[in-house]
Amino acid sequence: MKILTLKKVLLISALLGLILILVMILSITMGSVKVGPYRSISILLQSILGLKGAGTETEKTIILSLRVPRALLAGLVGAGLSVSGAIFQALLRNPLADPYILGVSSGAAVGAIVAILMGLGTLSFGLPLASFIGGLLTIFIVFYFGRQEGRIHPNTLLLAGVIVSSFLSALIMFFLSVSQREELRTIVFWLMGDFSLSNYQAVRLIFPYLLFAFFLLYAHARQFNLILSGEESALQLGVNVERLKLISYLGASLMTAASVSMCGLIGFVGLIVPHSVRLIFGPDHRLLLPASAFVGASFLIASDTLGRTLFSPVELPVGVITAAFGGPFFIYLLRTRKVVKIL
Amino acid sequence: MIEVDSVSFRYHQDWVLQDVSFQVRKGEFVGVIGPNGSGKTTLLKTLYRLLTPQRGDVLFDHLSLKKMSRGEIAKKIAVVAQETYPAFPFRVIEMVLMGRSPYLGHLMFESPKDLEIAKRAMEWTEILPISQRPIDELSGGERKRVYIARALAQEPEVILLDEPTTNLDIHHQVESLDLVLSLNRKKGLTILMASHDLNLASEYSDRLILLQHGRIFHMGPPEEVMTQENIEKVYGCQVWVDRNPVSGMPRVSLLRKGVH
Repeated sequence: MKILTLKKVLLISALLGLILILVMILSITMGSVKVGPYRSISILLQSILGLKGAGTETEKTIILSLRVPRALLAGLVGAGLSVSGAIFQALLRNPLADPYILGVSSGAAVGAIVAILMGLGTLSFGLPLASFIGGLLTIFIVFYFGRQEGRIHPNTLLLAGVIVSSFLSALIMFFLSVSQREELRTIVFWLMGDFSLSNYQAVRLIFPYLLFAFFLLYAHARQFNLILSGEESALQLGVNVERLKLISYLGASLMTAASVSMCGLIGFVGLIVPHSVRLIFGPDHRLLLPASAFVGASFLIASDTLGRTLFSPVELPVGVITAAFGGPFFIYLLRTRKVVKIL
Repeated sequence: MIEVDSVSFRYHQDWVLQDVSFQVRKGEFVGVIGPNGSGKTTLLKTLYRLLTPQRGDVLFDHLSLKKMSRGEIAKKIAVVAQETYPAFPFRVIEMVLMGRSPYLGHLMFESPKDLEIAKRAMEWTEILPISQRPIDELSGGERKRVYIARALAQEPEVILLDEPTTNLDIHHQVESLDLVLSLNRKKGLTILMASHDLNLASEYSDRLILLQHGRIFHMGPPEEVMTQENIEKVYGCQVWVDRNPVSGMPRVSLLRKGVH
């Protein structure tokens, strides 16, 4: 009898991790400035090992200060959005749910726009900080309105999220209509998702945070399976449903806020990655969560790499790529339902 | 084994259950009947503390459910509720293994022993051959057996069934209840079943509880409870009650208006 075991989860995670590493290496060898793959890898290896050697200073700067942190950040954000998307789909028991459905992203956007309009966008952490605060405030507002008698009702939460989100969209529209031209461009690029300002500091800032949220959520992975059949059903099997809903809402929302604050609103990743992973590996969260993290990371790094190389030197916003390539791929997966029988 | 001690419950204003008291002995098969809104489902929900009564108490082996954790309750009492669908289709074996959840605690993965228990539950319910099929591809009867298998995997002492025969054809109604009866007779499981189907309830239950407006109208063996007078009073429609010619249990026939 085939059932999910720890060994299987580790094996598949390792495999997907290997793919992620390959995608990252591929990503740092590509770009508007040609640095051959062999040369890029040796620059990277030498810097990791602390050796001096191959590569000019320019090449080193391009690889080590631009492409590597950018790939790392895209990977983290892709993983964060995919995992939180999977959690929201379970919490709301709604396949249409994504990390942005409860308005966290709109709140983050308002925060970011306010920062840009106040001229804080040029400060090193003005923008992410303002956007993170905007996201946090939204999390608490939606949480406040989404409860009845001290309990989270998924449908009430959903409604509260959608309404808060549309109110914030009105604010965004208002800010856009009164913005000057140069601010407008910054805002629009942020809204479409932008990795061009990536650096190691951003990576260092969100990595421990996302890791913590991931393990908090993963510790409840088995319970998420149970809640997919409804709260009563989970409760009959001994799950503390209210606590689970609280943890999943806060964990996934904070994950989203942190991811979005670093790079703007990258659409689609959080919706299609969990679904694609489910179609291939099944709905069990014990495998779904780590697999979504690895696949989401690979997918976003690949999308971002395409975005900056496809029409180079012009850079396309990564959100354009995720929707343009992710959409058709997902439809293909959905139509063929090529469920790989790994389990 | 289960002791319901003057339980009253209300959601908001009106009392849905009023001063309900009864006991269920180990190994009994008890049917709960009554019209829509009489409190059958609510009563069942207080028996596994999905709802906590405002007045009175529910005891399991002399211990109040309020003093038991969710996990402890789930090890004693399993529920086969009306159709619940997972939002994403799990396979049958995965669904049945979920019944082991109360025993796993913080463990993430089921042990070979858990798998063995799930397998035995699937053998009993004869769903072993479909163990790898996704739940959304099954027929209503098969799905019912999956949920009964999941309840069995909980290794409970009591199984609560809420309308186990709705949406099933007569073949699957009898098949499901025969399965429940065999669990009752052969495994000694205590069964409490809420049902709209008076004839099935009469046929399978040792004892019936007839509810009206949240109160117990009558309680006792089917022969005592299922009388023409009781049913007409509680349901407010005309019926004819005679005996099932084969089993001898009370049988209700519905009467069209004007037919006497």
